[in-house]
Amino acid sequence: MSVLIFVDQSEGHIKKASYEVATYGAKLAAQLGTTAEALVLGTITDNLADLGKYGIKKVHQVANETLNHLDAQLFTNVIAEAVKQLGATVVIFSHTQTGKAISSNVAARLQAGIVTGASALPDTTNGFVVKKTVFSGKAFANIAIHSPIKVISLNPNSFHTLAGEGVAEVSSLAIAVGNPKVKVNSIDKIIGEVPLTEADIVVSGGRGLKGPENWGILLDLAKELHAATACSRPVADANWRPHHEHVGQTGVQIAPNLYIALGISGAIQHLAGVNRSKVIVVINKDPEAPFFKAADYGIVGDLFEVVPKLTEEIKKMRGE
Amino acid sequence: MKILVCISKTPDTTARIAFTDNNTQFDENGVQWIINPYDEWYSLVRAIELKEKDPTTIIHLITVGGPDCDPVIRKALALGGDEAIRVNAPAKDSYYVAAQIAEIARQEKYDIIFTGKEAIDFNGSAIGGMVAELTDTPYISLATKFELTGNTALISREIEGGEEIDEVSIPVVVSCQKGMAEQRIPNMRGIMAARTKPLKVVEPTAIDALTSILSFELPPAKAGVKLVSPDNVAELVRLLHEEAKAI
Repeated sequence: MSVLIFVDQSEGHIKKASYEVATYGAKLAAQLGTTAEALVLGTITDNLADLGKYGIKKVHQVANETLNHLDAQLFTNVIAEAVKQLGATVVIFSHTQTGKAISSNVAARLQAGIVTGASALPDTTNGFVVKKTVFSGKAFANIAIHSPIKVISLNPNSFHTLAGEGVAEVSSLAIAVGNPKVKVNSIDKIIGEVPLTEADIVVSGGRGLKGPENWGILLDLAKELHAATACSRPVADANWRPHHEHVGQTGVQIAPNLYIALGISGAIQHLAGVNRSKVIVVINKDPEAPFFKAADYGIVGDLFEVVPKLTEEIKKMRGE
Repeated sequence: MKILVCISKTPDTTARIAFTDNNTQFDENGVQWIINPYDEWYSLVRAIELKEKDPTTIIHLITVGGPDCDPVIRKALALGGDEAIRVNAPAKDSYYVAAQIAEIARQEKYDIIFTGKEAIDFNGSAIGGMVAELTDTPYISLATKFELTGNTALISREIEGGEEIDEVSIPVVVSCQKGMAEQRIPNMRGIMAARTKPLKVVEPTAIDALTSILSFELPPAKAGVKLVSPDNVAELVRLLHEEAKAI
């Protein structure tokens, strides 16, 4: 009964969510009295042995350049074959864009039950029960997996990484890789900004900012906090901000450590996208805004006065 | 061109989430049921747009569920689509549902299968990938744009911190999200037409579910908001730094 984690990489670098999965996988392996191993597809520049710091004993790499781009069918073939060769009985992904593209395919191939969006370690005292978020974060479900092989995809930011000491043994795995059917024509990454789904801190704006020309104060605060920026649905629909910044039930769902909402009333559909945030700060001039009920800290006041002060105070605190 | 659109029935986005029977069942009391927004606004409407461009296109809708799904699938037919298929079985888990859809897909041989990126009740994001795997078809997830020229699809999909444009020959399975299309409201003609469109009820294939829900729980209630005076912003920074350890 060994645990295999899938390490997601981009341009040769291991993604942050994969370290969370490594930590989670190592803890689960300890719970089951087995070891955690990792699978890496494609060529990579990061030092894979460092995954040992997160509790991974062995790293298996299929270092084929074809796998530097995601093709769900190729990835499914290779991962399923690796699971068979390595005799893994639990396979763990992160519930990120890549995880969503391949985890359920792999599960179907292996006839394995899957729980996506897991938020805690499985309870293995009686069977194998995984807790996951449901109803867009408004509740949790405890789901039992009955198949011999189990697949989990872990919600990003729901499990903290724990780096200690350790060096993983890295070896290459010989698995034939076919030809991709999906051709990647272009990749357009927003350079220099923190990706929203990976961000520790997110600063978000709503209609209370009154217009796109007022976004400067929000951007200043975000810059000071090294935060990603987001917005509410009406803001995206009015084209004040790009659609990829829209967080909420029908937009991006996030779970940062800190979510700062400026001039957002907090409709239930918005909360569904952000309620997994660890700490929520709401700044709104309307004391009746429903968001205050879901917040940890709040200021009832004019954001045009409060936000620049907040940026200044953070600078002061940091001794800048 | 033959398109399959997967439809799921979900509680309305504003529904009160509560549980009964010792927290083992979702409390359906007073719940309004809707077409899962990702299935409706993005995959179904995009399929309808493709049919508007090429009227020879045939759109099938499919759902897995009991007769209580019929009003929702009729509503979907009112927006568009030629016929609907309901696999008459409870949606036991994502593998069970995907395997039922794959069974129909193997018989009907669709060029495009659209799913929503997830259903807003169980947030699985699993059906598209499973149907693709079970029908041995390429899969593009989290698509924000879909253009078809001949047999070649150009599909934009969300990646971490950006977007990627993929090129693939059909058949293809695509999970859809915001950007694919704009929400539409069914018109009276559509609603009337939907009444006479075929809704085929088929019995399920024998497949074992691989997971089961044991119980639900609600998140612990928030301790309540700590309000700070707008004249004392420094106090908020102190709390975030010292108490919440968030900055």
